[in-house]
Amino acid sequence: MSGAKFNPDRDVADWTGPYRPYDLVKEFLIALFVVGLIIVGLTIVFSSPDDRPVTLQSWSQNNPVDFAQTAITELDGSSGVAAYGPPYVPSSAGASQQMGFFAPERWFGVHIPINTAQDYVIGPLRTLPDQPLLTAYLNTYRDASSSQQSTWTAAYEKVVANATFQSDEIRVARGNYGPVAGIIRSLTTMARSGALDGALLRSGQFYDTNYTKPLLFLANGSYLANLGGNQHLQGSQWGMMNETGNYPGQAWLWLYTLWYQVQPMKSSSNGDLEVWVIMMALTLLLALVPFIPGLRSVPRWSRVYRLIWRDHYRTG
Amino acid sequence: MLTALLFGALVNLNHPGRYVHWGFIQISVANLVVIGLMVVVFVAAILVPFHRKRGGQS
Amino acid sequence: MSVHTDRPTSATDPSLADQWTAKLRKAAETAFPPERLLPDAQPSYVASWVYVFGVLTLVSLIWVIVTGCVLAIMGPTWWHVSSVGLFVNSLHLWSVELFFFFMVIHLWGKFFMAAWRGRRRATWVSGVVTFVISVGAAFTGYLSQQNFDSQWIATQAKDGINATGAGAFFNVLNFGQMLMWHIVLLPLVVVVLTGLHVLMVRHRGVVPPFADTPGSSPPSPAAEVAEQP
Repeated sequence: MSGAKFNPDRDVADWTGPYRPYDLVKEFLIALFVVGLIIVGLTIVFSSPDDRPVTLQSWSQNNPVDFAQTAITELDGSSGVAAYGPPYVPSSAGASQQMGFFAPERWFGVHIPINTAQDYVIGPLRTLPDQPLLTAYLNTYRDASSSQQSTWTAAYEKVVANATFQSDEIRVARGNYGPVAGIIRSLTTMARSGALDGALLRSGQFYDTNYTKPLLFLANGSYLANLGGNQHLQGSQWGMMNETGNYPGQAWLWLYTLWYQVQPMKSSSNGDLEVWVIMMALTLLLALVPFIPGLRSVPRWSRVYRLIWRDHYRTG
Repeated sequence: MLTALLFGALVNLNHPGRYVHWGFIQISVANLVVIGLMVVVFVAAILVPFHRKRGGQS
Repeated sequence: MSVHTDRPTSATDPSLADQWTAKLRKAAETAFPPERLLPDAQPSYVASWVYVFGVLTLVSLIWVIVTGCVLAIMGPTWWHVSSVGLFVNSLHLWSVELFFFFMVIHLWGKFFMAAWRGRRRATWVSGVVTFVISVGAAFTGYLSQQNFDSQWIATQAKDGINATGAGAFFNVLNFGQMLMWHIVLLPLVVVVLTGLHVLMVRHRGVVPPFADTPGSSPPSPAAEVAEQP
């Protein structure tokens, strides 16, 4: 469109004025050195954080009751992961997020399949050798009808909130739980020994770098969540921006986490998708500023440029 | 001593973080300092004179 | 087919001008004559400290990569078990903090200078894209720490990413995958985008100031407004 009308927010005449010597390479090397010094200085003064990771072992040792409460929900399919939906379980079993017809979580489906009862409880326990009583529990549970299993797990789940940990094992009030009490007790012991961490990570192979299963199990309980809350890392605490301790975090995520603090996203069950859509739109807006009338006029209206180029305007 | 200086930290930031609450905003002191510094540095960059020698380099 | 005794060039042998190699070289020479690629002068209006934040961002990125390479030489466990490793990790962290610090100030400066004017829109767009990809690179870095913070970030971020459907393929709980995105894929993209961004700035030059009458004035007929890309 040659000959288009000149728009001061889009166009500018090529510079035909004077030039001054400017040593780019020298500037680059000075900047490299100075920034390097600043980085070393900050490192010497502040170092960096490295809080030790949580393990299933440390969780079950520090809060065995919370572990048992989580374990029963994995067995009966009511845990966070079991009711999550894609990518872990089919959307019929869980709730996935959507906005009107836009339901990408469901569209992409299950690619990281997890069966919480099998993967978190029964499978790991089956790896323990020389456990005739445990084997009997597991076989009894396997051979029972699903309604019988539900009866047992529901009864256990009712009482496990008041469970205690005595003599190195989980104790609940007397009741008819079938083999479930024994199963949860064994799993808690297995976790406290450290064996569950290894069993969940490796799942049948020697090498693995994929921590999906143990991390999701940890995330289903309250122990990890409470540790996060103590460090101001939870979503409602603007946690996305924060770091452990007094370290600066990811300040550039301020706008992303801000939307989680305002309604309706704050209490919406589709909040994650809604915030993501908002941020994608705003990012696109930022990228396309040069094309957006009004928005691209803000620099000229604000007149901040009069300060930046004041030498030029004075001599101009 | 050099080792301690190089590989420890002069200021220990591993204590529980301090946070500022302002209305619905919650921000760590550390992040507030970083953002505040950015604003100060930006304003300074615009206002501080950039004098260059005639024919020389800044 | 002729045999050449001196090294042929498309100047001496016009038939060579049709070569893709010759065409590419000519295009590069036209877009980036050496004195434009590495100029020794800048327009007189380049006289403000706000102009240094581009190069400050660039050198911070260099330190991020250098310190990252040292961490890569020793492997991901090193910084947890060695005080030298922790020192290098700290260098890496503070390089990243400075990288974002300088980059955002650079963005603010370029916004208030409306630096997209005069066929520089691609420069602006490439800058924003680089910023966004850099946030992703930092994110995968935080996920690769193998400590409490990375556990927390992974288990929290999974919900946001799963909601978009990307969680089916981009699994923040998969340390191996996140580490490889962090040290291979995303640095490659950031470096390429940064390179293109800098080349664009060299190609078009630093944006001139607004015309200094209040409001705007059209250019003289001699300085035509070229077609916007």
